Amino acid sequence: MTDNVQVNKDKEQAVIDELDSFAELPDAPPKRKFRLSWVGWMSVGVVVFWLLICIIGPSIAPFHEMDMEGDDSFLDAYSGEYGTFVLGTDYLGRDTFSRILYGARNTIGISLAATLLAYLMGITLGILAAVKGGWIDMAISRVNDSILSLPTIMLGLIVIAALGNSIPNLIGIASVIYATSVFRIARALGLDIMVQDFVEAAQTRGEGIWWIIRAEILPNAAMPLATDFGLRLVFVVLFISSMSFLGLGVPPPASDWGAMVRENLQGLTYGSWAAIWPAIAIASFTIAVNLIVDDISAKSGGSLAKKMV
Amino acid sequence: MMMRMVWQRIGIGFATLIVVSIIVFIATSLLPGDVAQIILGQSATPETLAALRAELGLDQPWYVRYFSWLGDMMTGDLGISKAGGATIASLIGGRVGNTLQMAALVAVISIPISIALGLWAAMHPGTWLDRIVTFGTLATISVPEFFIATVLVLILAVELQLLPSTAYLTGNESFGQLLKALAMPLVTLVIVVSAQMIRMTRAGILNVMSSPYIEMAILKGVPRKRIILRHAFYNAIGPIVNVIALNLAYLVSGVVIVETIFAYPGLAKLMIDGVQTRDLPLVQACAMIFCGTYVVLILLADIGSIVSNPRLRNPK
Repeated sequence: MTDNVQVNKDKEQAVIDELDSFAELPDAPPKRKFRLSWVGWMSVGVVVFWLLICIIGPSIAPFHEMDMEGDDSFLDAYSGEYGTFVLGTDYLGRDTFSRILYGARNTIGISLAATLLAYLMGITLGILAAVKGGWIDMAISRVNDSILSLPTIMLGLIVIAALGNSIPNLIGIASVIYATSVFRIARALGLDIMVQDFVEAAQTRGEGIWWIIRAEILPNAAMPLATDFGLRLVFVVLFISSMSFLGLGVPPPASDWGAMVRENLQGLTYGSWAAIWPAIAIASFTIAVNLIVDDISAKSGGSLAKKMV
Repeated sequence: MMMRMVWQRIGIGFATLIVVSIIVFIATSLLPGDVAQIILGQSATPETLAALRAELGLDQPWYVRYFSWLGDMMTGDLGISKAGGATIASLIGGRVGNTLQMAALVAVISIPISIALGLWAAMHPGTWLDRIVTFGTLATISVPEFFIATVLVLILAVELQLLPSTAYLTGNESFGQLLKALAMPLVTLVIVVSAQMIRMTRAGILNVMSSPYIEMAILKGVPRKRIILRHAFYNAIGPIVNVIALNLAYLVSGVVIVETIFAYPGLAKLMIDGVQTRDLPLVQACAMIFCGTYVVLILLADIGSIVSNPRLRNPK
């Protein structure tokens, strides 16, 4: 059994080697290289940093997110007995720095989950509509257009008013709202690719519909969809943190960047930065993702992504 | 040709409004249990529940309830708020003016600024000032509205102490006081909305700049300023009108955040309060007003771009 796997791997390696040697030939198309400007690389650094914090944040935070460690609210930075509150404390005397580290998991984690779910739904339905056509396409497209014609925050407010705010509700509504735009792109890409010669060739060969989707359509739609993923993620982060900011997102006392800004707004008048730090955290993440997308689309001729900004 | 397209768009807009009302109605009916259960709470017996349901018309099928709800809405009978028992029409009536006032002021200030800056950036592409504008607007549209508002409060209200940090209205301010109270939310919204408009204006003009007749003008030796102001701008008016209407539609979500952060007594603040107390009739009514306005503005944007397209205006 293991031998078999090894043999297969060797075969794969041989095929890859062969392909590589083809790539060296003068008439082969140039390999696509992933080039970024220095701004792009810096942004990649920021995004990777926050993703790391999502994973290890709670274990490196000096305090627990709900510990009321400081004896007073809105302490200055580096206050406390040994200057332990690096960014000061919030309105309940909790350590702002620790709450930002914990909050990354909620803000970015929920947004990532919602975006992934939106992609799953959007791509499945979009490619289904493109491949099947006819009344299935009509039905999905009409429902999709009517959801798309509403302001996102209104949809969020209506649903949260009806169902109450909880993390699953938040992920659910965000993914449905943003699946609509993914659907449009996936459908357009699918329709585009369906009429290409290589798909027609596959159909003539008698390949099944699923084989065509998996082997011909998805690989060709991958790059534009990946760029769009970044943009969509930014929109979802903005949506989730706006809902939290309105007090309708992640329920307290869990820490979430949007909610942290709301909770500590009153502190601004006393000169406390407790509301500013989480806002900066959100801004650094969303601006970085946007800069990466901008960079990639500028380098690749700026097709899809640019039109949507 | 053009009129047919306009009518077609109006038809689609009307259909969208119907679908919006269905979505609002269904979404607020998703609630597990119904209003009768909420009113009676723990003391509900099957008999009292059934009686109250019949009284409220909840025993009717959903489409009957939908049409009676829609009919009430059309005739201005928006129902009674769960909290306090005031009629929703009176609650909304007191707030709509404030929100409209704010939106109108934002439009009046931001439209000229955005077109001027967008044009200017398009006239000097690649210069460092253009880069600042491009990066600044990208940064602005990438951050949440409340980030801008918070930073502005920190700078203008706390550090410089120029403006008040809330926009509470008593109703009998002088014009100067009113302007001062409105300044913070206004500045926030103008920044948020202008960033989008500047980007789109700049992109629209640069897009026109790559068309053949501009190339012709360049080859003829027309100065760059004249090309943009006399050739490109007039052809970019269509897209720019579209951008303006779209951005007034985006105002809807900006208004929600800004009214909350500055405690401005507008319609959006009323709606957020309704969501927090789960006052569904109030949320339904506000949502219909906001979504209706949004759909109408998008419709105007579409009609604007159809009307301003010379190829559609003068069919061959």
